Amino acid sequence: MNPQSVFTGSAVSSAEKNKVLTNTYKLLSMTLVFSALMAGVSMAVALPPMISLISSIGAIALVWFVLPRTANSSTGIFVVFGFTGLLGLGLGPMLNSFLSIPGGSQVIMTAMGGTGAIFLGLSAYALTTKKDFSFLGGMLFAGFIVVMIAALANIFLQMPGLHLAISGAVILIMSGFILYDTSRIVNGGETNYIMATASLYLSIYNIFVSLLQILGAFSKDD
Amino acid sequence: MEAMDMVESGGMDWMKIISALFLVAMLVYLIPRAKQMMEISAQAENKDWMGAIIPLIAVVGFVVFLVSMV
Repeated sequence: MNPQSVFTGSAVSSAEKNKVLTNTYKLLSMTLVFSALMAGVSMAVALPPMISLISSIGAIALVWFVLPRTANSSTGIFVVFGFTGLLGLGLGPMLNSFLSIPGGSQVIMTAMGGTGAIFLGLSAYALTTKKDFSFLGGMLFAGFIVVMIAALANIFLQMPGLHLAISGAVILIMSGFILYDTSRIVNGGETNYIMATASLYLSIYNIFVSLLQILGAFSKDD
Repeated sequence: MEAMDMVESGGMDWMKIISALFLVAMLVYLIPRAKQMMEISAQAENKDWMGAIIPLIAVVGFVVFLVSMV
C-alpha cells in the first residue's frame, strides 16, 4: 500500500531481499502480538466505541505523516509499534460487542483463523511463484478509493447490504495488496522492512475486521 | 429515557460526522497517489492477470466456506 516505485529492483541482491523478507516477518509477528495485547487491554477496561475512531485517526496520521520520515531509522520501529498498538486498542470495543452476542467468540476465532489462513496462503503463493504483481498496484488503489467512497455514502445511508458488499470488497482488495506487497519484497521493489511491515499489517488488520463483519452478519446465532 | 435517547442520537451524529470527515481526508490524501500508482502500473510490462485472479478467487471461495461454518 505504499505508492512508491513498483518496478522490480534487479540491482538488489538475493541476500538483501531475503534479509528484508526475514526482518519484515519478524517485525510483523511482533506487531501482531503487540496489537493483540492492546486489544486485550482495551477489552478488559471496556473502552467506549468512540476510542475506535480516535485511535484509527491517530494510527493513520502516524502511517502517513510520521512513518515515511522515520522509516530509515530505528525510530520507525517505535512508530510501527505505535500505530499497530493504536489500531489494536481500537479493536477492543468491536470485539466486546461481538462477545456480547451468542456465538460471538466463535465468530471472532473463525475470523482470526480465516485471516491467518488467507495471509499465509497468499504469502506462500507470492513467495513460491515469485511472480511480479506490481501491475496490480493501480487497480488496487483505484478499487480502494471506490470502496472508501461507498463507505462514506453508507455512513449516512446505513444500508446493511452495502455494508456487507464493502466488507467483501475490502477483503478482496487487501488480499490483492498482500500479493502486491509480498511480490515487491521478493522482487526487490521494497527494501525497507519497516514500510513493508506497515503495509502488510494494514492488509491483515482490514481483512480481519471485514471478515468479522461478514461472519457476524451471517452468524446462525445472530 | 428520552433525554438518554437524544444524547445517544447526538453522540451518533457526532461520530458519523467525524467518520465522514476522516474518510474525506483519506480520499483527499489518497486520490493523487492512486493516480500516480495507476500511471506507473500502466507501464508495467509483465501482466499475469490469471496469476493474480486465481488466488483471489480462492480467497472468495474460502470466505464463502467460512460463512457456511458459522
